[in-house]
Amino acid sequence: MKMVAIAWRYLVARPLAAGLNLLLLTLALGSITFMLLVSTQLDQAFERDLAGIDVVVGAKGSPIQLILAGVFHIDVPPGNISLEAVRELQKDARIAQLIPISLGDTFRGFRIVGTTPAYAEHYAARLAQGTLWSAPMQAVVGNQVAANTGLAVGNSFIGTHGLGASGHEHGDDPYLVTGILAPCGCVLDRLVLTATESVWQVHEKATAVDDEDRKLLEAEREITLVLIRYNSPMAAVTFPRFVNTTTEMQAAAPAVEVTRLLRMVGVGTDVLRGFGAVLLLTAGLSVFIALWNAVRERRADLAMLRMLGAPPARVAGLVLCEALLLAGLAIVLGLAVGHGLAEVAGAWLQSERSLPLTGWIWLPAEWWVVALGLAVAALAAMLPALGAYRLDVTTLLHSRS
Amino acid sequence: MIRSRQLAYRYLAGPALQFPDLDLPQAGILLLHGPSGSGKSTWLALAAGLLRASGGQLQVAGQDLAALKSVAVDAWRARAIGFLPQRLHLSEALTVSGNLALAQWAAGVPEDRAAVSQVLGTLGLAALAHRRPTQLSGGQAQRVALARAVLLQPRVILADEPTASLDDAAAGTALQLLADTATRLGASLVIATHDARVAAALPGAQVCRLAGLPAAANGAVA
Repeated sequence: MKMVAIAWRYLVARPLAAGLNLLLLTLALGSITFMLLVSTQLDQAFERDLAGIDVVVGAKGSPIQLILAGVFHIDVPPGNISLEAVRELQKDARIAQLIPISLGDTFRGFRIVGTTPAYAEHYAARLAQGTLWSAPMQAVVGNQVAANTGLAVGNSFIGTHGLGASGHEHGDDPYLVTGILAPCGCVLDRLVLTATESVWQVHEKATAVDDEDRKLLEAEREITLVLIRYNSPMAAVTFPRFVNTTTEMQAAAPAVEVTRLLRMVGVGTDVLRGFGAVLLLTAGLSVFIALWNAVRERRADLAMLRMLGAPPARVAGLVLCEALLLAGLAIVLGLAVGHGLAEVAGAWLQSERSLPLTGWIWLPAEWWVVALGLAVAALAAMLPALGAYRLDVTTLLHSRS
Repeated sequence: MIRSRQLAYRYLAGPALQFPDLDLPQAGILLLHGPSGSGKSTWLALAAGLLRASGGQLQVAGQDLAALKSVAVDAWRARAIGFLPQRLHLSEALTVSGNLALAQWAAGVPEDRAAVSQVLGTLGLAALAHRRPTQLSGGQAQRVALARAVLLQPRVILADEPTASLDDAAAGTALQLLADTATRLGASLVIATHDARVAAALPGAQVCRLAGLPAAANGAVA
């Protein structure tokens, strides 16, 4: 008979205590796993989408809102800026690259982004099929968009006005799909890219009453915001202040704003992490109490093992083995629960056309969850195992009562 | 074979016990008689190597117990001693055969199902192999405990009050089984008891009376 088999028998001989401890440990490890998966993937998504964007210039308003709308495409933009002002800005020597972004329409919840091919190049996006757009009203769809809507090269679709759920459809101006992007793991996966001119065309046609009116609108063309890369890091000191004080626009540095955002959100994740830690502590205590009682109840059994010739270390090992067996089960279940929750949250976020999140990944940091589970069990088993080690076998001979 | 000379044991905060000298040939039967507190348990613990004598000599199954290191004593006990406790201490978490397999695990020998079924068969327990201890009668449970004690074919069987809770007929049967089993194995049998029926049932047994008086030479610790 193996030690594991004996420990397992002892464990199932007390189903209520074992089940309760398993539940506590599983919940604790599961919530820690979930936190780990979510925070790591969101950090990665933020980092990837932010890479290479030094500053975002858009309409005045909340800087965080501007970043969320312009870089991550999860909020509405504060407003539009005039094309004229952008052209003026582009002359600035501190700017290495300027990518225009025009928002306004969606297709089944996915944003239609008017931009230049530089935007796709910025994320080093590759085409899975077809080509990039070469004329207005042609569109390239992100991988997730294609998978979700079934759009293929050669299909046409009609954009819906507004970034919300409902709006009127621009029925007169269908887009033609010319390409589908390969998955890039970045924000492009959930966007529809088209030329900036497409967005102008759709809206001018929709609002202009006659040709004269349209000319007027053309003179007042706007875009939503621009993503800017600096020539030198020194520009970070002077450029945002220059934009904020001398123009009608605002400049927001994504790195600064995201740090600010994560600090605000961080309170929430810290609370969750603390919750997980408290849960784990409770689970550890509960395992300790259960083992302590088990060793007390089983004192005679354990003494009998010593009488049968088991060295003290083997008896103590049995107690430790029982705890580790419990922890092993809880680790497997906890990881499954954490990944399952992450997958559920990911599915929900995807239906909201928001950040990418999946349960189908294994992070190296999850080995820490395994180590944590085993460490807590070993720690909880230490005193009971010591008690088993030091057991006075002669009590076996004195139990006259 | 058991041989003791001027064996003594002193508790940390208690009296020192002096035991009478004795010589028991291999396969002999020894009855340890004496009232409660006379040192029967202490003598059993000394013979099993659970306690270390504070004076004198004790040889059990050809082994001088003072010469064994504490680690080696566990391995020696596993091989040489079969122990039948008064309260049988069968594990409720395991079946009858599981309890016997547990003894093999505790002794550090490979699991041997054939040996388990053989000893169960010899003691008429084959049909009960998959029962739990709670599903056994008192007599059956005692036989299971005896099976566990003799599983590894010990040289010495130590039985602690084997008749304490049995009526006359059951006590007679139990003692007969115990003696027969010891004889078959060629093992020495030591029975610690204060039950007069034991001496009557085993007329050939050597009797050692423990007085429980503190050793005068060492003096009792107050």
